[in-house]
Amino acid sequence: MSATIGRRSGSLRAERRWALWTAYISLIIACVIFLMPPVYMLITSLKTNADIANLQGNPWIVTNPTLEHYRSIIGNPLFLTFFWNSIKVTVLTVVVSMVISVLAAFALARMRFWGSQWLATGVFLTYLVPDTLLFIPLYQIVGGLGLLNNTWGLVLVYPTLTVPFCTWIMIGYFASIPKELDEAALIDGASWPQMLIKIFIPVALPGIIAATIFAFTVSWAAFVYPTAFITTPDQMPLTIGVVSTLVRGDTFAWGQIMAGALLAALPPVIVYAFLMDYYIAGLTAGATKG
Amino acid sequence: MADSMTAAVTAAAQPRSSSLQRLARRRSSIAFLMTLPLICVILGLVVYPAGYAIYLSMLSRRMDEFVGLTQYDILIESDTFWLVVFQSCFFAVTAVIAKAAIGFWLAHMLHHIPTKGQRKWRGMLLVPWVIPPALSTLGWWWMYDPTYSSLNWILAIFAVPAVPWLGEPWWARVSVIIVNVWYGAPFFMIMYLAALKSVPEQLYEAAAIDGASSWQRLRYITLPMMQNIISITVLFSLIVTFANYDIVRVLTNGGPRDLTHLFATYAFQVGILSGNIPRGAAVSLFMLPLLAVFAFFILRGVNQRNKEMN
Repeated sequence: MSATIGRRSGSLRAERRWALWTAYISLIIACVIFLMPPVYMLITSLKTNADIANLQGNPWIVTNPTLEHYRSIIGNPLFLTFFWNSIKVTVLTVVVSMVISVLAAFALARMRFWGSQWLATGVFLTYLVPDTLLFIPLYQIVGGLGLLNNTWGLVLVYPTLTVPFCTWIMIGYFASIPKELDEAALIDGASWPQMLIKIFIPVALPGIIAATIFAFTVSWAAFVYPTAFITTPDQMPLTIGVVSTLVRGDTFAWGQIMAGALLAALPPVIVYAFLMDYYIAGLTAGATKG
Repeated sequence: MADSMTAAVTAAAQPRSSSLQRLARRRSSIAFLMTLPLICVILGLVVYPAGYAIYLSMLSRRMDEFVGLTQYDILIESDTFWLVVFQSCFFAVTAVIAKAAIGFWLAHMLHHIPTKGQRKWRGMLLVPWVIPPALSTLGWWWMYDPTYSSLNWILAIFAVPAVPWLGEPWWARVSVIIVNVWYGAPFFMIMYLAALKSVPEQLYEAAAIDGASSWQRLRYITLPMMQNIISITVLFSLIVTFANYDIVRVLTNGGPRDLTHLFATYAFQVGILSGNIPRGAAVSLFMLPLLAVFAFFILRGVNQRNKEMN
């Protein structure tokens, strides 16, 4: 009897170990594949032009590492303009979307008013409307306002990408704050705005950070609207700038393109590296609360 | 004199301003003011453009004449358009299935390893999702490059003949899907991992006591507990993938021979690049019913599930 139990627990342990091995092997394979493109971009950006054009040998190793591509891309005034445009548009969009969504989420989470339920559903539905469905009418509208080929046009339309989701996750965070807290504040004579600023924003700070990160990443990576609305390089943000102006002519300057793309991708990657937990919280909040 | 006048004015203004203040203190008016910017964004930048798109799609090419459904008729009769429909559906369905399967598998594997190491692995595996897709696609484009393809170099090690990644229609379709799966699988992984962590451990303990195999645990505990999140994630991803633009624009720009166009890139090509705004609007509006159908079915599933649980 005890022998069979021993054998069973032994096979259980073997099964555990086997499962662990499968897990590690799959994770290693996935990591190699997932990290392959960025790593190869880095490798290319460090090679000399002659090495990139060399068809002999292993393309995955760098023999004479050089920073010339980074030097020339940082020295390129156009690239700096792209960077500045991206920063300007992103910062403005993040501020505007956070103000709009925090105010709205507070009202929707705490103040029952006529149509609030209806509006919350509307927010969720607008989140489901993709930007590629709206870019043609928005092109006409932005054109009618005279904001085509202008970064302000982007600041005007980017909230469609960020506000619905930010509001949605902020409603979730605000709703999870215990009701006793606002009752206590109301008894102490706090007004609604005081309650929002003194209680809700500090308590829901992790949610606000998560929503801000989301708004930042989305506006930094936005691609459809700038490709449609922006035509001259001086108004381009980074994504479209790197894709359209560096990729030009018959001989591609691959080293420079890769260096430019990596530098352009750096800000979201840095934010992610330092605030990974908030990033993931924001990502999962939208669906788990739904 | 002046003093008495101001006094009279303030006296007259007093009841008005106090009633105004009372109005301003009312919960519903404050709430309305707070949601007003949101309502403006939704109405002005989503609802109005959507309606405007319908109007635009019924104009003639020069946009000076109302032509009804002519633009839709022309599209339905064009072969290219049906290729776009096929490619969009094929792309979305294949990519979402692959993303969901890979994400599910990786989430499981992550859940199995000791908690201490999970953070590190999760951090590395989410990198594709963090890089702006337009930029990472540039990297893929370079890896697919016909002369310098570093992917073919790796395949050559395993004695696989060189693949014409972006040159041949079917391979171009596969290449686009690969990039989308690479970009989107980490998202599914994170979602499913969060869902796996929320399944109560007692259920597995109870199942283990009853002698359930690992397949039975997956089939009768994990999958039912995760059904809700699986459907929400698939819904989001179907919509986003179906409406994808960045990857095709950077990688193939619709070629070879318009065979990799999706709705979004084709609408862009027709509407903005060729300047036929009404027809471009009509192309992108064709997405609407399909997206509505996806949304309807999956939301209904989620609601049913919620009702069963309550």
